[in-house]
Amino acid sequence: MEEITVKQLNNVVVLFSGDSGDGMQLAGNIFSAVCAVLGDDICTFPDYPAEIRAPQGTLGGVSGFKIHAGKDVITPGDTCNVLVAMNPAALKKMKPFLAPDSVIIIDVDTFNESEMKKAEYVTNNPFEELDIKNEVIAAPLSTMCLHSLSKMEEMPPKAKLKCRNIMALGLVCWMFERPLDHAREMINEKFAKKPEIAEANCRVLQDGYNYGHNVHTSVAIRYKIEPKTPQKGTYTEISGNKALAFGLMAAAEKANMELFLGSYPITPATDVLHELAKHKSMGVKTVQCEDEISGCCMAIGASYAGDLAVTSTSGPGLCLKSEAMNLAIMAELPLVIIDVQRGGPSTGLPTKTEQTDLLQALYGRNGESPMPVVSAITPDDCFLTAYEACKMALEHMTPVIILSDAFVANGSAAWRIPNLKDYPSIQPHDVTSDMAGKWAPYMRDDKTLTRFRAVPGTEGFCHVIGGLEKDSDTGKISYDPDNHEKMVNFRKKKVSCIANSLPDLKVLGDSDADTIIIGWGGTYGHILESVNRVRANGHKIAQAHFRWLNPLPNNTEQVLKNYKRIIVAELNDGQFAGYLRMRYQELPHMDLISSIQGQPFAEDWLTERLTLLLEQK
Amino acid sequence: MTSDIKLTAEDFSNGVKGRWCAGCGDFGVHSSLKKAMAELGIPPSKTILISGIGCSSRMAYHLNGYCFHTIHGRPIAIASGCKIANPEMNVWTVCGDGDSMAIGGNHFIHALRRNVNINIVLLNNRIYGLTKGQYSPTSERGFISKSSPYGTVEDPFRPSELIIGASGEFFARCVATDGPGSVKCLTAASRHKGTAVVEMLTNCVTFNNGSFDRIYSKEGRDENALYLEDGKPMLFGKNKEYGIVQHGFDLKVVKVGEGGYTLNDILVHDSHCTDRTLHTKLSSLEGPDFPIVLGVIRDVSIPTYEEEIEKQIEEISAKKSYHNFEELMKTQHTWTIK
Repeated sequence: MEEITVKQLNNVVVLFSGDSGDGMQLAGNIFSAVCAVLGDDICTFPDYPAEIRAPQGTLGGVSGFKIHAGKDVITPGDTCNVLVAMNPAALKKMKPFLAPDSVIIIDVDTFNESEMKKAEYVTNNPFEELDIKNEVIAAPLSTMCLHSLSKMEEMPPKAKLKCRNIMALGLVCWMFERPLDHAREMINEKFAKKPEIAEANCRVLQDGYNYGHNVHTSVAIRYKIEPKTPQKGTYTEISGNKALAFGLMAAAEKANMELFLGSYPITPATDVLHELAKHKSMGVKTVQCEDEISGCCMAIGASYAGDLAVTSTSGPGLCLKSEAMNLAIMAELPLVIIDVQRGGPSTGLPTKTEQTDLLQALYGRNGESPMPVVSAITPDDCFLTAYEACKMALEHMTPVIILSDAFVANGSAAWRIPNLKDYPSIQPHDVTSDMAGKWAPYMRDDKTLTRFRAVPGTEGFCHVIGGLEKDSDTGKISYDPDNHEKMVNFRKKKVSCIANSLPDLKVLGDSDADTIIIGWGGTYGHILESVNRVRANGHKIAQAHFRWLNPLPNNTEQVLKNYKRIIVAELNDGQFAGYLRMRYQELPHMDLISSIQGQPFAEDWLTERLTLLLEQK
Repeated sequence: MTSDIKLTAEDFSNGVKGRWCAGCGDFGVHSSLKKAMAELGIPPSKTILISGIGCSSRMAYHLNGYCFHTIHGRPIAIASGCKIANPEMNVWTVCGDGDSMAIGGNHFIHALRRNVNINIVLLNNRIYGLTKGQYSPTSERGFISKSSPYGTVEDPFRPSELIIGASGEFFARCVATDGPGSVKCLTAASRHKGTAVVEMLTNCVTFNNGSFDRIYSKEGRDENALYLEDGKPMLFGKNKEYGIVQHGFDLKVVKVGEGGYTLNDILVHDSHCTDRTLHTKLSSLEGPDFPIVLGVIRDVSIPTYEEEIEKQIEEISAKKSYHNFEELMKTQHTWTIK
């Protein structure tokens, strides 16, 4: 028997790929959970086609799920250590993610003439044709599935073959020395209503594992992930969209309000609606509206009537909501608007990630219409972002936009379950009974310029508000030129005042660097990883990452002016860079690293670009 | 939602005078609305009124209650949100034919489909008044306006057909100048559980004067309007000498006592009839051969959206083990690192 090489690694990247009906997302999800339970950091990146089921076996139908697990994991990684390719199309599609030492697992049963034709191969040797020289484990996963389940006579062969993904998962678990208990638990939970499917999957999971164990000769490599010592606590795996939903529910509880979501299905934001729709037992009301406009308007109505109200969408939906969002600005009503950004413009790249809605969020409305904009930097950070956005909206009587993106929304991370007692209180800015008779709708708190909310049903506070400009004192319709300007300024200052309650912008990296790299939102991990790499190569650089985009932290200008050069890295054509230039005069020289490919930054590429800029001087 | 509190129309007045053109039908609507609200006995603090954009939507500035003047076409969506979030409130929407039939048509039909318990007061003047005289989706084919100088080449919506087609379960029609008739329709709409639409025919004196001449005056209505009342035969005319009978799949006007028709042949109104056919027919009747039907045409009770939501919340709450954040976390797939 040949000796197995055991590679000791700090972290590993596994990429499951196959046809979109092959269950790659499930296999990937289970594997990431299995790693997380062992204490690894995890970061995942599902990459799936916009089509629900493109023709089977074609390149357009390939779906992938990447998991990065181990120590100090902050991104899903670029290239993978192990690629699982369930068919020839997946192999072809995922070739760019191969490093020279990546190991490839294929279901050799699918590498036949017809499947290769569907994947547009011109020869009958895919490896030669793609110039792939990696080590390949050619496992007959299909045959093994049928064999494994031969005793389950009532199960049709088609259903048996559906278990191939879990067979592959078993093999991967063996390669990474991951015990199967947790995977089994997840399978039983997932198929709780179909015990025979659960049983079949558990069986192939074990057989996939055994295959690795028994057939050492063909699997000559095994990995050991260096265990890390994580923070104590109870953890769960959470995706960005789920974390947003949890953050909203937490905020509602803390504010002692009911949560209302008005939404219309749109990729990649729909999971927020899915998640909240489940939680009726927590009193959450979700309405799937007739359109995006209604989603926003229903939320405005719910907010007016006293709920913590939210509307969720992606870029095209934000366009449709903008008129209603302005009503919330004018009526000064709390509202949380979630924009899970995707590739644009128009329908664009619905399932891919971009940061191209920034200027739309900041300015995409008629009139002077300032609105707070916050962004989520990682999947688990979505919880805090949602919580803070609700607090901001309720305490400052303003709509607030949360910018997430497809990468953050669909990615997942291990998340330490919070204790709400540790979170700041949320105090809606309501009228008090002693104000009756003296109150007018646009009376403001002196310090924060926030108006006081009178929830319908409250005795003594009947009033009219609306989209027409109002007199700053009486709240009646006013066309007075000076009053309009005064109200414009009130609305502007009200938003900028929020900065006083935000923490300062923190600077990471070298304190004596000349150059600072900045970014915002979901690029945090990628930029940090690249900064770590260039610093390891001897370059000096500082890094700051923005979560609060409007208002910006009070020390922003001061921080940026500390450097000779600013590098802005973002997944758009320089929207944040332009915004900063508009906001602050005489900033240091600014360079832009921009990528608009519907993909997160590739770490190698970003590191290369950064190195180049640093070496230019 | 009714109570014993004695309220007067004055309780719903906020002292701000209407700024419509002299002779505008909206004055009549304003007065009837206040009277109806008083009759319902629901105090101003429990009353929400959401309006859209247009002459009619200025109503929000002239009423005492929780009033919200919103944006064009969206008041019904906003009102739905109010009611679903806070079912304790009596929620009204005042909108025009532009608001509800054009820019907000989608919200209009879907509110009816969902059956949220809101009262929609649709002021139909068949014209865009606030933008100074363009044809609306309820203007007749061939209508000449600033935006259709050679006449329109499109057919109008009949609100009733849209309402019944969208499975609306309450529809009433009245004329702005007919105070008592309007109050009757408005109170019935509010008492109806579910989305209720009252179409109020309002004359725009400035841009579409005379649009409802046949029925706008008391005399005109005496002659040309058929007031429906439950359990009563469908009689109309100065001396109630005419009646409606069924003729094959159609309706026919007959003179009672002539042509062999007696009072027994005249159809009797039943607004609670679940079948929509006769209600559709009645609300579509138009001159010159037919009377215009006024009053509560359809009033059928089915569960409301917000009731069903509350019921689900109750049922699911009883079934599930978690009711707050801490309990929710316990349902997650977790692992502990010590």
